[in-house]
Amino acid sequence: MTIHLSSSVETPARKPFLLPGETGLWEVVVGMEVHAQVASKSKLFSAASAEYGGAPNAHVSFVDAAMPGMLPVINRFCVEQAVRTGLALGAKINRWSRFDRKNYFYPDLPQGYQISQYKDPVVGEGVLSVDMDDGARFDVRIERIHLEQDAGKSIHDLDPRATFVDLNRAGVALMEIVSFPDIRAPEEGAAYLKKLRAILRAIGTCDGNMDEGSMRADVNVSVRRPGAPLGTRCEIKNVNSMRFVAQAIDFEARRQIEILESGGVIRQETRLFNAQTGETRALRSKEDAPDYRYFPDPDLLPLELEEAWIEAIRLSLPELPDAKRARFMADYGLSFYDARVLTADAERAQFYEAVAAGRDPKIAANWVSVELFGRLNKEDKEISDSPVSADALGGLLDLIADGTISGKIAKDVFEKMWAGEGGAAAIVEREGLRQITDVGAIEAAIDALIAANPDKLDEVKAKPKALGWWVGQVMKATGGKANPGAVNDILKAKLGIAD
Amino acid sequence: MTELTKLTLAEALAGLDAKRFSAVELTEAFLAAIATANPHLNAFVLETPDKARAMAAAADARRARSEALPLDGAPLGIKDLFCTEGVRTTACSKILGDFTPPYESTVTAHLWRDGAVMLGKLNMDEFAMGSSNESSAFGPVVNPWRRHASNASLVPGGSSGGSASAVAADLCLAATASDTGGSIRQPAAFVGAVGIKPTYGRCSRYGMVAFASSLDQAGPIAKTVEDAAIMLASMAGHDPKDSTSLNLPLPDWRAATKASVKGLKIGIPKEYRAPGMAAEIDALWAQGVEWLKDAGCTIVEVSLPHTRYALPAYYIVAPAEASSNLARYDGMRYGLRVAGKDLTETYEQTRAAGFGPEVQRRILIGAYVLSAGYYDAYYLRAQQVRRKILGDFEAAFAQVDALLTPTCPNPAFGFGEKSGDPVEMYLNDIFTVTANLAGLPAMSVPAALDGQGLPLGLQVIGRALDEATCFAVGSALERAAGFTARPTRWW
Repeated sequence: MTIHLSSSVETPARKPFLLPGETGLWEVVVGMEVHAQVASKSKLFSAASAEYGGAPNAHVSFVDAAMPGMLPVINRFCVEQAVRTGLALGAKINRWSRFDRKNYFYPDLPQGYQISQYKDPVVGEGVLSVDMDDGARFDVRIERIHLEQDAGKSIHDLDPRATFVDLNRAGVALMEIVSFPDIRAPEEGAAYLKKLRAILRAIGTCDGNMDEGSMRADVNVSVRRPGAPLGTRCEIKNVNSMRFVAQAIDFEARRQIEILESGGVIRQETRLFNAQTGETRALRSKEDAPDYRYFPDPDLLPLELEEAWIEAIRLSLPELPDAKRARFMADYGLSFYDARVLTADAERAQFYEAVAAGRDPKIAANWVSVELFGRLNKEDKEISDSPVSADALGGLLDLIADGTISGKIAKDVFEKMWAGEGGAAAIVEREGLRQITDVGAIEAAIDALIAANPDKLDEVKAKPKALGWWVGQVMKATGGKANPGAVNDILKAKLGIAD
Repeated sequence: MTELTKLTLAEALAGLDAKRFSAVELTEAFLAAIATANPHLNAFVLETPDKARAMAAAADARRARSEALPLDGAPLGIKDLFCTEGVRTTACSKILGDFTPPYESTVTAHLWRDGAVMLGKLNMDEFAMGSSNESSAFGPVVNPWRRHASNASLVPGGSSGGSASAVAADLCLAATASDTGGSIRQPAAFVGAVGIKPTYGRCSRYGMVAFASSLDQAGPIAKTVEDAAIMLASMAGHDPKDSTSLNLPLPDWRAATKASVKGLKIGIPKEYRAPGMAAEIDALWAQGVEWLKDAGCTIVEVSLPHTRYALPAYYIVAPAEASSNLARYDGMRYGLRVAGKDLTETYEQTRAAGFGPEVQRRILIGAYVLSAGYYDAYYLRAQQVRRKILGDFEAAFAQVDALLTPTCPNPAFGFGEKSGDPVEMYLNDIFTVTANLAGLPAMSVPAALDGQGLPLGLQVIGRALDEATCFAVGSALERAAGFTARPTRWW
């Protein structure tokens, strides 16, 4: 009897993560501030395009360039996305919020201040349930989500004596999603970011494209003796991948432990992560942090949200990854692991559901998660770039289901489909891959084999395990097209082997 | 042609309608007047005669087709705070250099929509920071008024000193202005003109160079209350490009200038009896009370107990917002840039060279009151005071329909008389800042000449959105005062 992991079985406990030092074990405490670019066509306070790329300074309005007398006007769509994100994280939506100015000078900040939400963010406390690969789960409490403007980009390496500024990104809407320090391990940090990304993508509020900087994390790391009060934290800025998050936490925790164990103290500071070396280095200490002189932006009225508007957004939320996973387990009879793989991404889940519709859900799951996802991952492709559509893959599965081809041949057909050689049925016809279910043809092949190998007859009768060789030979003789079940049955009958 | 420049806006529009003269003739008269007067008064920092002639010709053509617009052919002056597309706009600061906006402010766009003619850009205190127009990068504006038997030049008030001087000297029919703490009303009072700051949000701030966003409000300076109503009707109106713009219909303010004030209750705030206020101003205030009583108003003494905190609160809130609003002038994208050896030095040198001392002073004050550790004691406290002041007004307006006060504690003063002491200068705003802090409409109406022959103004403060009552009461004062004095032309 096999035991399947199912929803009724308890998930494994969260693994305690403790780093051993010279003097004992250390606990790592991590909180994250994730900057997620709102998936909006236009910027937070101007009508300029928020599209990634474009010629430098092509997406810049007079407002973005902070021309004299220009005023910000809030983009309703961006507010909606922040509320949507808050609702997806079960967070409190603040009916009253306000924008503040964070004042500092930098050439890629044309206004001389960033419009952000300092004291009164649009979204309050919520919670995100994070899954580890082993099925363990833990909650990370969300402290707040606020909206703010992105800055432009300073380009220092085009000219040895000059810095160039591209304002395309200036004013683009960001959601800053701030967690409580509930993360306890490098891998947990990566898993948190991964889960957050899956949710944002599922609800469509951020494209989650980390290569283009659509999601970046500031990671706050401290260490302590298990059970001790929180230690002093360091903030690692702008970490832009799950792997780097884990690396940065690991490096930073070890660095802090080394300092503490050699009798030093941790100074609160901002650090930068170097992706090449996997190390962090100091950027500035807390004492050197600029005084941002926050105050409410007098150009903008407070944001007052109507309950009915929030409810309408709540009702429009799609199924979230956790609910989808539970449904996949219940409706399709999938394991936790399969359901998790298939629901990690909204588009992939949708693809699976299209393939599974009217078909064996487990076979569909296997084909989608192993064959298709495997291939996509290998070639670093998104599901939207898959050369095999859900319909086409379904067509292939239908040919297996009705016995036209075997599962083994199907893999060859899949390869050809991937290479763009046509649909499953057409390939099977063209290549003559149709499975031989004709008993007469199989019998003929077996008879020929018996005739050619009389010496092997006695052996198989004595040792039924040797049947494998006979099956292999029949398959070889039929070019792999013989129905393996039929071959087995007929062989046993002819060789006189009991079941 | 001299006669044409003496017309009021209403008279000029009537004359144009009656074809007694053309917009081109009217415009030429003003251009000639400016050419003569401006070297002495320095009211205009940029004259746009070609543009004016073209706009006037277009106005005449529309009128010939019987398609005349509400302000068609009316030559106006535009405070240099308003961005005008293709026409240099500097807020009279060196830091903007020769900045020529590729866009039009909403207020001026409304005026051009209604057919007005632009004569040029008017001088002002740098970034509208000042009460004497002595802080302009283009040099001070001279008041057309002089004291009896004196050749001494006087300030026109500020910050809309160019607007006030130009209107008083008949260099335009009316002018745009802006008011953050009294910058429309005080200069209007100093030159014997009418000025109104409408309710905050009536006029869009889009394209108006920002000084203090929560206080800045555009309005006109004009020769009569009726002219001010005509101007404001065009300048105001909802603008989706300004989030603080009010989306409300505009009442017929010109009709309001003809409305009776009989039965209105007028409040006299006792706290506005400032110590050391000139006796003549106190007397004028009393005279104003009598005029309104005669017109059928009931006079009620009211209390605005937090008045004495208004000026300190204003000089925290306004510089705080200014320090942030002026951060964009960094030498990176437009305007002045003084290159240093590195970025910090470039910022420092650009801003040191580009901003005058008063602007620098206010940026420093603003940065200070917003900084960590001081925010609560200054900015937050000032905002609390602001709420109290609004509460005072709300309580008063539960009893009365409008308030009557002097506009200013003194008449126009001489150059340098107050510029040595910023606090002395700031005290000029003592009666005007409260309306900005509370966002209320307030108007200055010329009411009398003082003993030295200088104009004095009375201020009418109305309920939020009730400019109409300001216009009605202002008109009643105007009629009662019969103020017809004009500066003697010495230029």
